[in-house]
Amino acid sequence: MLVLDHVSKTYPNGVHALEGISLGVAPGEILVVIGGSGCGKSTMLRAISGLDTPSRGTVALDGTIITEPREEIGIIFQEPRLLPWLSVADNVGFGLDGSPREERRERVKRALVRVGLADKANVWPRELSGGQAQRVAIARALVPRPQVLLLDEPFSALDAFTRADLQVHLLDLWAELKPTLIMVTHDVEEAVVLADRIMVMRPRPGRVYEEIACDLPRPRDRQSAAFDFVKRRVLAALDRSLERADVTDAGEVKADQGGGLWW
Amino acid sequence: MTPVAFVAWVMSLFFMTATTGETERAASAKAPEAAPQLAPQTLLARLAWPTLGLVVPVTLAAGWEIAVGMGLSSGRLLPPPSVIFDTFLDLAATGELQRHALATLSRVAAGFAFGVMAGTIAGAITGYSALTHRLVDPTLQALRSIPSIAWVPLFILWFGIFEASKIILIAVGVFFPVYLGVMGAVISVDRKIVEVGRVFRLSGPAMVRRILLPAVMPAYVISLRAGLGLGWMFVVAAEFLGASTGLGYLLIDGQQLGKPAQIVAAIVAFAILGKTTDFIVATVSAPFLRWEDRFARS
Repeated sequence: MLVLDHVSKTYPNGVHALEGISLGVAPGEILVVIGGSGCGKSTMLRAISGLDTPSRGTVALDGTIITEPREEIGIIFQEPRLLPWLSVADNVGFGLDGSPREERRERVKRALVRVGLADKANVWPRELSGGQAQRVAIARALVPRPQVLLLDEPFSALDAFTRADLQVHLLDLWAELKPTLIMVTHDVEEAVVLADRIMVMRPRPGRVYEEIACDLPRPRDRQSAAFDFVKRRVLAALDRSLERADVTDAGEVKADQGGGLWW
Repeated sequence: MTPVAFVAWVMSLFFMTATTGETERAASAKAPEAAPQLAPQTLLARLAWPTLGLVVPVTLAAGWEIAVGMGLSSGRLLPPPSVIFDTFLDLAATGELQRHALATLSRVAAGFAFGVMAGTIAGAITGYSALTHRLVDPTLQALRSIPSIAWVPLFILWFGIFEASKIILIAVGVFFPVYLGVMGAVISVDRKIVEVGRVFRLSGPAMVRRILLPAVMPAYVISLRAGLGLGWMFVVAAEFLGASTGLGYLLIDGQQLGKPAQIVAAIVAFAILGKTTDFIVATVSAPFLRWEDRFARS
């Protein structure tokens, strides 16, 4: 159980990025955080990962307060961030340095098979496409079998087809080990495809604005009415969070249609 | 004998340049003068491409030989290549060439080894630790500006006139480019990559070993080659005073005995040895840089 308790973050240059974030994420839950730019989504993720520490408040995983990166929490960034001097296999096995060589090779092989890149094990990162590199990054993050996996806009640098592919792929990977997923995105459709719960944040300073449950059965049909309904709710919440349009809670839009103007 | 030997000498330079050219394109992190991806692909053209580096020296040497042969110059102050080559043979016949070349080479090798070790460690530490950087770097930068000749009297005073002072002098020369290269490269390692190390909870030494040093490898190789070049310069300074062996000694000896051919022969020997050692460093380091995603590819 991951618990954030009144987490706030002000950067040394005075930017007040987060204010009073309190939330709990159950084990195995998929939480998607969405919001306009400047609402502290990445800041919150970095605070959870331990890369940055909050100015106030605490992040706790199963009772242990997080102050620095831990093995139980993996993170995937917007860029693949593969180490260019290591082959794909060595990149994937990077976190397994203490393990015996045979075990490491086995786990790396299985991880590469899971992301569909078993034939690229001995290839340099410079030879991979964007989608392939991001899949290697996912494999690398999953190999240590983390309890919590954080994803900071992992697919935003990819084209629409690759993105849709990787969303499905991520769900498959998640279904195996059921880690807690916390993902930041600005793609509303991606949020509705993946999330159990969608958290809309508002900026200046970053705060939680609204939480929208999404308990559609998986696999989710992007064309279904239920999908569309949740999507409209999220878009409306986003518009309202930025005080852009006059919208009711049920998703009926009075003025603006939303969807594409909020970032 | 002489013309045949001369041609053999040119061919050996050709071979070295041909292989050096390919390795240099593989190992250097900056674009070479000729863009290799535009190089012709036929076998003959590929062999001819690296030898372009020989065109200038061979033309100048041949031109000078002809000029002296035709009587346009006495060739006293700058002996023609044939005389230089004869001097080489004479020195080799008596074993002098080998003795002096080996002496210089071993001094450079020892000084290079020490200088690289010290420079790498110092550069890694000052690159990684901001506090150490603030404490140590200003002093080192000041020391770096001192020219090689200025150290010689001090080192002779401290370490004597035998091998120790010379090797330490060369090590000082090698130290600074390597230190600067490693430190600058460590400081400018991409923060995003360093964060990967933090996510995987690498300790300080592990971070340096597994992330910082591999990331700086291309810049490191360049600083090694720069350090080697300075090592060759510093060995001359060391051998100018208080040496009885070495190519620098041959230089001074040629000046004092009025043998310009010996002077030029020593200079040519420096050039050949310097080029060869640089080629070795470039070749040995090439496999460590195969991963690079860069403009110039082998």
